Amino acid sequence: MQVTLADIKRGEIGIIVDVSSIHIPLKLLEMGCLPGNSVELVQMAPFADPMYLNINGSHLAIRKETALHIQIEIAR
Amino acid sequence: MSKQINVALIGNPNTGKTSVFNALTGLNQKVGNYPGITVEKKEGICKLPRGVKAHIIDLPGTYSLNASSLDENVVIELLLNKNDKDFPDVAVVVCDVENIKRNLLLFTQIKDLKIPTILAINMADRMAYKGISLDIPHLEEHLNTKVVLISTRKKTGIPELKEVIAAYKELSIEPCLNASEIDKDYFANLQKAFPNQLLYKLWLVITQDVNFGKMDRNTIDAVADFKTKSNIDLKRLQQKETIKRYQFINNVLKEGQAIDLSTAKDLRIRLDRILTHKVWGYVIFGLILLTIFQAIYDWSSIPMDFIDSSFASLSEWTKTTMPSGTLTNLISEGIIPGIGGIVIFIPQIAFLFLFISVLEESGYMSRVVFLMDRVMRKFGLSGKSVVPLISGTACAIPAIMATRNIESWKERLITILVTPFTTCSARLPVYLIIISLVIPEGRFLGLSFQALTLMLLYLLGFAAAVGSAWLLNKILKIKSKTFFVVEMPNYKLPLLKNVAITVLEKTKAFVFGAGKIILAISIVLWFLASYGPGDDFNNAEAIVTEKYTNADITETDLDHHIDSYKLEHSYIGITGRAIEPAIRPLGYDWKIGIALVSSFAAREVFVGTLATIYNVGSDEEETIKNRMAGEVNPVLGGPLFNFASGISLLLFYAFAMQCMSTLAIVKKETNSWKWPVWQLFIMTALAYISALIAFQLLK
Repeated sequence: MQVTLADIKRGEIGIIVDVSSIHIPLKLLEMGCLPGNSVELVQMAPFADPMYLNINGSHLAIRKETALHIQIEIAR
Repeated sequence: MSKQINVALIGNPNTGKTSVFNALTGLNQKVGNYPGITVEKKEGICKLPRGVKAHIIDLPGTYSLNASSLDENVVIELLLNKNDKDFPDVAVVVCDVENIKRNLLLFTQIKDLKIPTILAINMADRMAYKGISLDIPHLEEHLNTKVVLISTRKKTGIPELKEVIAAYKELSIEPCLNASEIDKDYFANLQKAFPNQLLYKLWLVITQDVNFGKMDRNTIDAVADFKTKSNIDLKRLQQKETIKRYQFINNVLKEGQAIDLSTAKDLRIRLDRILTHKVWGYVIFGLILLTIFQAIYDWSSIPMDFIDSSFASLSEWTKTTMPSGTLTNLISEGIIPGIGGIVIFIPQIAFLFLFISVLEESGYMSRVVFLMDRVMRKFGLSGKSVVPLISGTACAIPAIMATRNIESWKERLITILVTPFTTCSARLPVYLIIISLVIPEGRFLGLSFQALTLMLLYLLGFAAAVGSAWLLNKILKIKSKTFFVVEMPNYKLPLLKNVAITVLEKTKAFVFGAGKIILAISIVLWFLASYGPGDDFNNAEAIVTEKYTNADITETDLDHHIDSYKLEHSYIGITGRAIEPAIRPLGYDWKIGIALVSSFAAREVFVGTLATIYNVGSDEEETIKNRMAGEVNPVLGGPLFNFASGISLLLFYAFAMQCMSTLAIVKKETNSWKWPVWQLFIMTALAYISALIAFQLLK
């Protein structure tokens, strides 16, 4: 099932399918947010924003508005 | 003569790059600024084997050569300019053993610029703990360079690193990625237009919005007879480039690195479960803040009192020891108290930076940014604005400098503009003396009214900062991309050496940076207060002595009367009386007016000025307080410092922009006079109006 990264839940592992490169800063791509890489939710701030993620071994926090532009597939 | 080579230390943030720099150079380093911008430039000297000396530059941390901030621009500007005197003969990419994959991205970019590049894998002591094993010969073969394992914590690998740096000429400069693979046709045309240039370098110039001296994007556009891509196309190609680089890196690491997750222990997960928790995260952050406030206001009072009394006696000693005259007066009344006014803030500044550097080194600061982002965004700020707002309670100057890592210009500008509202340490002496004068003693729920007032003033400062941020967010029409990416680094025990060096450097920067201005102003103030036009000033002694000939007063009292008469007729006294009509509606007299005017240089001057005006020789609080309590309002009668004028003064100091050094730093950081001038007028107008309303309602 294909969803956006904003929908990921704790304990799930997602695989990035597509990133909308107009909306996503290059910096995020360079930190490993690229199609094919895995992503996991570590922690969520109140109101589910920002999200603390483990993307391909990089631990980072991004805002929900950014996560909405990243398509993922839940692998587990 | 020994040979000197240039070495650039480059790496992602949080890789311990600065620890490596400290290990290589020790205290043999200096921190300056890059010309024209306020990005810190750290450089040092290191002795290498075989008599080679290395000039080492610690470049700002960056994730890639595609710059997105001022700090990152510095890196790329240096690496693209072969004529820069700091252009590196060899680059050392410092990387974190736990995130080699991502760190290698930057490595491949730098190597593609044909600069000899060494890979230094830091924190090697954590390999076993994290279940990581590396095949160094394999990595060296495929990355085509030397790889050194180091640990600044365990102090290993540094001699090997020095050895490799000294032998940099043996390193290959073969690029990792053939740039033309990104888009064959496009790059073939590009090469045809610039046959002598390195393709990757051209590509960087085209994709960055940075000024590279002689060569920039426009000159390429002008010469090249091919169609330049649109920004969206360029970004698509940059994405393709990034994917290609990761393909290369994954291939290298497939055999070069093995991670056994079953033996890996993860402290991060357990700590983050508490520290970034929806409830506990905020509770812990609150407790940490309380500790910091306690340290800044309570613990630092001991050294501050000591400094205060030392400078007072030094000034006294100079006065009695040196031959009397203008020079002695200038030194004892202008320069020594001026320097004292700077030195007194050292304990607070040092404590603040001690805490901030520990919080940053440990990795906790990123968690605060994460926790606070949502709340701050409501007011047009970013999670990253929290650090400046906290630092602002010590001093707005370092706080404003700490806004640099906020990516969005609008969020950064708003943070810079509102930070001076937070209650900085210079307001504290003013608050303390006025509160003790006008707030009655008594308790509410076990807390004294006076302490509650002080706390309210702190809250008022934050409320003013956040409230004006909200307004600015509505008013300012700045289109800037608001993106927010924060790396959540691993938790680390801070290295004592790094913390000590940071505290030392920042304190030094404050003393010599802001200090110069404060000192200059106190000298000017001294002149204005010590000289005046006309007979009233020059014959003050005769006039006053005559006035009191029949009165039964001691000689010291007479001297005080003379001093106060002189001050009234000095240049500054004349100024004070000139502005009296403007401040009378706020409940002040001309003497407070003088204190206000001199406070526009720096707030903390207030108490000292009042001490002189109320003809008290010493700065002892009780004495000034008694004199102030005895002052009578010239118009309304009754005590000058009553509840109404006291509240009015507190509000004035809470809101007014009375700090030249802050204005100077805002000018520097925003690169325009527009913002500091706005800040000065708006904040002062707010101060005046709220003080006016308070006094008129309460009187």
